[in-house]
Amino acid sequence: MRYLPHTRQDIDQMLAVTGHADLNQLFETIPDSAKTKTGLNLPDALSEWDLNAEMEELASQNAACRSYTCLMGAGSYDHHIPAIVPHLISRSEFMTAYTPYQPEVSQGTLQGIYEFQTMITALLGMDIATASHYDGGTALAECALIALRKSKKANKIAVSSLIHPAHRQIMQTYLDPSGYEIVDIPADRNGLTDVAAFKAMEGMAGVAVQSPNFLGNIEDLGSFRACADEKKCLLISSFTEALAHGLLKRPGSFGVDLVAGEGQSLGMAKSFGGPGLGLLAGTKKMMRNLPGRFVGKTTDSNGQRGYVLTLATREQHIRREKAASNICSNNGLNAMTAAVYMAAAGKNGIREIARLNHDKAVYLKNMLVDAGFESVYDSAFFNEFVVKAPAGFADKRRELAEKHNLFAGVPLESYYPDMADHYLFCATETVSRQAMDLLAKEVKS
Amino acid sequence: MTQPGTTGLIFNEPELWDKSREGRCGISMPRSDVPRTDLDPALTGDAPELPQLSELDVVRHFVRLSQWNFSIDAGMYPLGSCTMKYNPKTNEVQAARKGFAAAHPLAGDEFSQGALKLMYELEQLLGEITGFPAVTLQPAAGAHGELTGMLMIHAWHAKQGKQRSKILIPDTAHGTNPASATLCGYQSVNIKSGPDGILEPATVAEAMDEDTAGIMITNPNTLGLFEENIKEVCDIVHAKGGLVYGDGANMNAVMGIIKPGELGIDVLHLNLHKTFSTPHGGGGPGSGPVAVVEELIPFLPVPRVEKENDAYSFITDCPDTIGRMHTFYGHFSVMVKAFAYILSMGGDGLTRASQLAVLNANYIKESLKTTLDLPYDRPCMHECVFTDKTVQEYHISTMDMAKRLLDYGFHPPTVYFPLVVDAAFMVEPTETESKDDIDQFIEAVKAIVKEAASDPDKLKSAPYLPKVTRLDEVTAARKPCLKG
Ligand SMILES: Cc1ncc(COP(=O)(O)O)c(C=O)c1O
Repeated sequence: MRYLPHTRQDIDQMLAVTGHADLNQLFETIPDSAKTKTGLNLPDALSEWDLNAEMEELASQNAACRSYTCLMGAGSYDHHIPAIVPHLISRSEFMTAYTPYQPEVSQGTLQGIYEFQTMITALLGMDIATASHYDGGTALAECALIALRKSKKANKIAVSSLIHPAHRQIMQTYLDPSGYEIVDIPADRNGLTDVAAFKAMEGMAGVAVQSPNFLGNIEDLGSFRACADEKKCLLISSFTEALAHGLLKRPGSFGVDLVAGEGQSLGMAKSFGGPGLGLLAGTKKMMRNLPGRFVGKTTDSNGQRGYVLTLATREQHIRREKAASNICSNNGLNAMTAAVYMAAAGKNGIREIARLNHDKAVYLKNMLVDAGFESVYDSAFFNEFVVKAPAGFADKRRELAEKHNLFAGVPLESYYPDMADHYLFCATETVSRQAMDLLAKEVKS
Repeated sequence: MTQPGTTGLIFNEPELWDKSREGRCGISMPRSDVPRTDLDPALTGDAPELPQLSELDVVRHFVRLSQWNFSIDAGMYPLGSCTMKYNPKTNEVQAARKGFAAAHPLAGDEFSQGALKLMYELEQLLGEITGFPAVTLQPAAGAHGELTGMLMIHAWHAKQGKQRSKILIPDTAHGTNPASATLCGYQSVNIKSGPDGILEPATVAEAMDEDTAGIMITNPNTLGLFEENIKEVCDIVHAKGGLVYGDGANMNAVMGIIKPGELGIDVLHLNLHKTFSTPHGGGGPGSGPVAVVEELIPFLPVPRVEKENDAYSFITDCPDTIGRMHTFYGHFSVMVKAFAYILSMGGDGLTRASQLAVLNANYIKESLKTTLDLPYDRPCMHECVFTDKTVQEYHISTMDMAKRLLDYGFHPPTVYFPLVVDAAFMVEPTETESKDDIDQFIEAVKAIVKEAASDPDKLKSAPYLPKVTRLDEVTAARKPCLKG
């Protein structure tokens, strides 16, 4: 096996040093009764070339093996990835390093993540950002736990029913064993979280709202801030489309306490849903409550600029059962990916891409309405919106996927049972007008 | 012997924003083919203050940064408990295939058969390696796997009608174990390992009661020792109605030798980013699949992958499930890499990998045990733990030796963990290091111990060759500067 360097002679020499007769004897401390009798019943080892063939065969059973038009978002977005992003991120020095526990030989990772933290605070308008989390949903669940732990009395948290359904499910999983309760805030007629319903709620440790929400609509975080202030509870905002912040007002400008979101749009492939990038940001006040790693700037013994992992006294390896979270490995390389993407796009690039996304989505919605879909909400949106499909669209949709490799929207009924025939569409900068026109034409025909 | 560490030209590089010049942009903008439609200005903010750079500015910046990093591809990285083995390049090629990388998670089962099949088969392979009937691939890292497993234990007790309040955790456990237990509302009860560095059944029997949900055991443990009494320990816990959680982060020592599912363990997580060769990426993304016994299958997170008549689908209709742990299905591209690795190795290859990992560790242990203090002088598994006792008389610490190793061109071992050993120096070479490289490492450690006697001051201000010297971590924590 080409990954195993030992020659017969190496093994003999080493066994002579360890004092074992053969390799099996190395396991002398394992009682015989504990050893497996069956060995490993696995397929025979493949050569690199046979592996290529087998993996290509599997990959070819996904529709994504051919170029396709992606009009689906719902937490995973189709964006252009500049060649420099995978190129730089594939460098061995980034990819095959461990967590930067020895800062003297990890300054590349450390400076890169420090720059990532800085750019995320700029994107979200927040004071601080962590070095990453697993995904948007787990980051949001951690925020809910922070709010609940900080509150002396309340054991409930108000959660918008228009937060990504999977994110709400993760919150439920995380909160269940502690006996914390999630109280749903319903949606109003405009496809927005009903702030009046939240106003009527008592005894909440916090309130969580996603903007743009799962239906694509842009929420009024300001009114939730005002309401949360009256109730003296924390305001958590979340998002699944990081690029929206190229255009929208930043969550920080509304005085949000904690922000959790998904950063996959910042240079990462969809990869069947993961790994993406959990983003977590907060106000300065939240610094010691946030989970996971931070990189901080400092100096070395010669006074040179340098970076280290810092504020570790919140973390599991120091605090063990009293830690703020159990997170250890995070999604570091994807944070670095986002750093490269944001550095390459820059202030003007991210703005222009965000505007293009909005333009395309508005065009698509107009085309669909023209083709017989019903506009469901009048609320402003970024690059996703809901429409009600004409009869027979489910079959048409399948045909479009099979014949034209065009994936038209995400059906909403499985998430919201009263939304039969409703679809969540997404258009990004990758979608051509031609593809959108084709969709409209096919629907009309 | 020539050591790998040397000097060479590297570059200074400022922070990104110091290179920013108004008007630069490093990406190609797609042509607009639709009308511009402005969003309501009341909803629009200013463009975020990201740096403005050309493409080459960005390339140089990150290439220069990368050159300040140590990596496995450049040298030996014997971090104990981290299994820094070689990350095969073909794995990256497989994960980058368009059919995988471009797949949308909501494309629908019938358009995602390749991905589903891969996940299903990987679950089977990991089940065979660990000896369990079912596996979930959803957890995003080892600690996330622990939380998943502990949530299942919690849900199982709830289903029995009586929740319990405590969990036993040996003093050798990784910090994530007690932290994961806390998230499930369990109070950690710390139990001491015996004089041989392993758990004694009597200690477990004394602590185990009917208000204790179970035990979290790492086997081989973090001293690199096999928990010889594992079966008795499991029996004791089961007899009191508890469950056994296995931290399988150290599975690299025992593939094909033991199967945790045959020993009485009920739930086990694996770290694909350790045992199964996927890269650590400077801190992730990893993947922490969880394997379970029959009785716990109903509690696995959803969605689960199912196979029926050669067709694969996701199912969510599982009434006892703990729920969802990840927005979609976990770190799919990491799964592709681990799958490629297992197929490349085969059963014999994986067993051989464990044998050689254990050979390498024992060889280092025997070669250095007269140079460094070895608190548990017993045959080890994939790693061995030394202390700084032999150099304390020169006022040299584990940290000083670790820093000096950098000058010799080696990444230091894990230091100051596990906590049961004072000033631990924990070496895990892995199977992919050759005898020649290991001999060089041994020589380096011996040379450093000599230096400790002859020139202790030199060690105290090491390292000398890296881009920066020792960093002021105290000020970093007292006056945090977390952004530029
Ligand atoms: C023994 C042990 N358990 C658990 C973990 C946690 O794994 P992860 O960092 O992937 O969350 C580690 C990793 O450092 C470990 O060494």
